Amino acid sequence: MSPDKATARSYLDIDDLSIVLKHQPTHRLLRSVGLHVMPGEVRGLVGESGAGKSMIGKTIFDILPRAVEIVEGSVRLGDDELLKLPQSARRKVIARTSALIPQDPLTALNPVRRIEPQITDRLTRILGVSKSDARERARALLDEVHIRDPESVLRNYPHQLSGGMRQRVLIAAAFAAEPKLIVADEPTTALDVTVQKQILKLIAEMQARHGTALLFVTHDLGVVAKICQNVSVLYGGKIVEDTEVKSLFARPTHAYTQALIAATPRYDRPDESLVPVPAAVIEATQHEIAAADDAWLGARQAGGRR
Amino acid sequence: MSEHARHRRPVSWRLILSGSWLAIVIICAVFAPYIAPHDPLAQDLLLERLPPFWVSGAEPGYYLGTDGLGRDVLSRIIYGARIALTVAFVAATAACLIGSTMGLVAGYFRGWLDQIVSRIVDIWMSFPPVLFSILLVAVIGTGLHSVIIAITAIDWIRFCRVVRAETLVQTRMDYIDSARAAGFSRLNILVREVFPNALPTIVALLSLEMGIAVIVEAILSFVNLSISTDDPTWGGMIAEGRTIIHFAWWVLVFPLIALFLTVLAFSQFGEGLRDRFDPVLR
Repeated sequence: MSPDKATARSYLDIDDLSIVLKHQPTHRLLRSVGLHVMPGEVRGLVGESGAGKSMIGKTIFDILPRAVEIVEGSVRLGDDELLKLPQSARRKVIARTSALIPQDPLTALNPVRRIEPQITDRLTRILGVSKSDARERARALLDEVHIRDPESVLRNYPHQLSGGMRQRVLIAAAFAAEPKLIVADEPTTALDVTVQKQILKLIAEMQARHGTALLFVTHDLGVVAKICQNVSVLYGGKIVEDTEVKSLFARPTHAYTQALIAATPRYDRPDESLVPVPAAVIEATQHEIAAADDAWLGARQAGGRR
Repeated sequence: MSEHARHRRPVSWRLILSGSWLAIVIICAVFAPYIAPHDPLAQDLLLERLPPFWVSGAEPGYYLGTDGLGRDVLSRIIYGARIALTVAFVAATAACLIGSTMGLVAGYFRGWLDQIVSRIVDIWMSFPPVLFSILLVAVIGTGLHSVIIAITAIDWIRFCRVVRAETLVQTRMDYIDSARAAGFSRLNILVREVFPNALPTIVALLSLEMGIAVIVEAILSFVNLSISTDDPTWGGMIAEGRTIIHFAWWVLVFPLIALFLTVLAFSQFGEGLRDRFDPVLR
């Protein structure tokens, strides 16, 4: 695993990451995943539900559910190899360098706490910023995410804000500590279409202004086309395609990706009927995954015997 | 929007009525020697079984009549409030502290800790609570301390179960993951994120538990397992009144009314507080 030129400069490096269920250690949820995000890059991570998209996000933030376990691989954030650090040091690195925009704005804010501490907590209590500075920063951030009257929003409880407002607050909170990397985990899925569009625009705008690397997790190829430069396609816990967005749509290499793009409904051609992903493609992809699993298991068993 | 948010709902009738009754009972308990018209222990066989003031044959000054030994019923109810409230506050608070802590810890950390706590709760729940408390007091001896210990030992599981369930719900919320990702420690998240969400439930339950403690104390007094028979307790008065109900119904009925109103007030007060505390309902 000698770092070539590309990975040497990237900010987030996930290599050979495999995650299994604890009680079923031969069943992999992530299959030797490799994912690299450059500083300032916007990378899409696409896949259908259950493909393991959120699992990758959770690995980065060390919030995996108890039932799963990382069996091999590495996660490098900046200069720190996360999986080799003791937990407290790992958490510190994560808190300092990265932030999460969660999926569901309705449950991602604590209902019994006001907005202000939910934006400034990380600044004052983890990063040692003074209270008044943090407050000033929170106000400026709410301004940046186009919230009118930030003063009163800071004093509000989450239930007093609409879904779109809450997602704006969460975006502001994510950018609060000027992270190097933001993972947006399907940030528009829980919102209705008009609000989705605004939020998407806002995330792109904030990313461009702050120059943050952004890993945008989604199942929507349309969204990827709009805001991402590069894209990784995940199927069954395996990256099947890793390419520039332009070439993804122009020349998809993997059969699954080709089928997926063909299946995307075109609003500009409403007469065309919908095309499902053909069963043969799914089958072939699953065969490919099964073969990779066999090879992996064989290698592990050989390694174990040694 | 924020102006509207700061405008609070008027205080509910539920809270006003239950709160006033509890205030009256508390004042009676604290200032019993100044309020009670007679010595609750003074016996006078010439004045036995006097009826309450609106019934013919009543003696002025004995508003709610006297019992079989000529003791003033009103004074005994007022002094009885002392024991009822002492048990209610001390036992319910102790049960709340122990039970809520166990529930929070078990629900948040899961794993073997949760296994142990949940099994203890299961075992505890298989005992009928009142029989269990009678058994406990019989073993450790009668007296105010024993009553408090018995109620605490039995009723902490009520808090434990409810708080654990609430904690489990809160722990699955995205904001817990967000706090973890922001670098906060588990203990920190438990105290600052999870606990405030469980607090309205805990408060409501605490108030309900105070009412339950009053009942259990009355039951233990009724079967003569609380404190010495001379000291006025509502349960003891009900037990005495039961034996002479055909001659003097007031000895039974007035402590019963005091008991009923107090227990009702505690539970309604708790509900009212929860409604007010919960920012989502507010």
